[in-house]
Amino acid sequence: MEEKMIKQISLFAENKPGRLANIAEKFKESGINIRAFTIAEAGDFGIIRMVVDNPDSAHKVLHDAGFTVSETNVLGVEMEDVPGQLAMIADVLSEKDINIDYAYAFVTKTEKAFLIIRVNDIRGAVKALDDAKVRLLDMGDVHDI
Amino acid sequence: MIEYWNPQIERMPVDELKKVQEQKLCQLVKYVYEHSPFYKKRFDDAGVKPEDIKTLNDVTKLPFTFKKDLRDTYPTGMFCVPNNKLVRFHVSSGTTGKPTVVGYTDNDIKAWSTSLARALTSIGVGRDDVMQIGYGYGLFTGGLGMHYGAEEAGCTVLPTSSGNTDRQIELMQDLGSTVIACTPSYLLFMIEAARDAGISFQNDTKLRLGVLGAEPWSEEMRKRIEDSTGIKAYDIFGTSELSGPLFTECQSQNGIHIWADQFLVEVINPDTGEPVANGERGELVITTLVKEALPLIRYRIGDITVLNWDECECGRTHPRIMRVLGRADDMLIVRGINVFPGQVESVLMDIPEVGEHFMIIVDRVNELDIMKVQIEMNDAAFSDKVTDIIDLEKKVGAALKGVLNLAVKVELVEHGSLPRSMGKAKKVIDNRKI
Repeated sequence: MEEKMIKQISLFAENKPGRLANIAEKFKESGINIRAFTIAEAGDFGIIRMVVDNPDSAHKVLHDAGFTVSETNVLGVEMEDVPGQLAMIADVLSEKDINIDYAYAFVTKTEKAFLIIRVNDIRGAVKALDDAKVRLLDMGDVHDI
Repeated sequence: MIEYWNPQIERMPVDELKKVQEQKLCQLVKYVYEHSPFYKKRFDDAGVKPEDIKTLNDVTKLPFTFKKDLRDTYPTGMFCVPNNKLVRFHVSSGTTGKPTVVGYTDNDIKAWSTSLARALTSIGVGRDDVMQIGYGYGLFTGGLGMHYGAEEAGCTVLPTSSGNTDRQIELMQDLGSTVIACTPSYLLFMIEAARDAGISFQNDTKLRLGVLGAEPWSEEMRKRIEDSTGIKAYDIFGTSELSGPLFTECQSQNGIHIWADQFLVEVINPDTGEPVANGERGELVITTLVKEALPLIRYRIGDITVLNWDECECGRTHPRIMRVLGRADDMLIVRGINVFPGQVESVLMDIPEVGEHFMIIVDRVNELDIMKVQIEMNDAAFSDKVTDIIDLEKKVGAALKGVLNLAVKVELVEHGSLPRSMGKAKKVIDNRKI
């Protein structure tokens, strides 16, 4: 089941100028490519979440640079880039009473859309989406996007 | 391992001990009256003569001495001996005002070393130990004071002084240090630096014990240090005016033994100067009974503590000063409420998600005091859900409010962004212009 999950890198950053530049510079030096990226801001601080081509290396680079960083298992849901897709996926999860903690989405050059979600029951969500014939990204997909 | 440095003195019945104090006090008062123009004038102004001091109870007739007196008579105006009798000077850093100078005769240095040798023996440190001294050497009393005490106790001393942390850790491993003496802040800094280099204090060193002091620290901080390193952490006490580091806890870790044959301890109400009742909290006042160069009479130390004359589990009869909130002059008054940085530390160190470092920042906005506490988070506690982090800030704020009775803004900052210290840590920034 783990192969249907993807590793997201999250890190804690104070909300002040230069923080993002610092992180981006570290990735540039290490040749890490960001596939999807979002910042959740909450006043004094923000949590930066991202899907990268090499999460273990990204974790090490950021940790060694002194950041508070974690790896979280999330789901990458493949969607047709047409209206109604998000509603369908949200329905599948809500029917199983699975809550989405947070989500962000991006569109790829293959004309698919991807939705990254963290849920309160990741195994339940994999099963529900599998049963609904929804395709989930694996780390290989992330690497190749 | 020997149990007592000097069992006759350390286990002397209290009434005998008090007789020793009484006799030494009477001699001392006569000595300072004859040898220090400062004390002669001070006693004359207070209308007290050496012959008025006949018993221990008469000590309250003597006027207090303050740090200000040492500053006003800078550099050596209170000394009782000429320069040719001195073997050393130490000078305080002067962080809170004009520096103070303390001089020592040969006997003073010996008494100082003996005091620490007794103390180190009481925590089981001696001939088989390698003590790494990470207190600053030089004008600061911590390094040299500890050095002489540790040598007297029979330790092999590694005088690293403070700073050059990578080398400290390397030598600690190469020479098998079993004891580290430094500020708790510096030990935390070393633990962090070692961890970053992939070195565990627990597995990769022989360290078994820390002698930590020169700044206030809490029981909760002790627990953190002991849990994360596997060493026993002992509190050490002294001030540069008295000599420097002089006393430690014993293995019972329940108060610092003050050698009553060398020092007379009182605890007073800081506002009225009256002695407080037994077991009550008050300001520590010490009279040095055996110092020659710069004896101090009823010196107002400024630390808030409780005096305990009960015989200790360790069998020593000498009184203990109990760990309390901190120094009278560290106290912050925020919206009329007394706040000790030590209280804040106690609360924070009891919350596992909170890291070891913190900073208190006080501002005045529109005539209102605002207290903010910045903390770092333990890596293991990091959740990537914003609500979890906000909950942590709320939890810390509620815990602080519960103890301080004051609303405190808690701000989580990035790991490594709060200052680390190799000496005495600065934990308060007071921006109020009062």
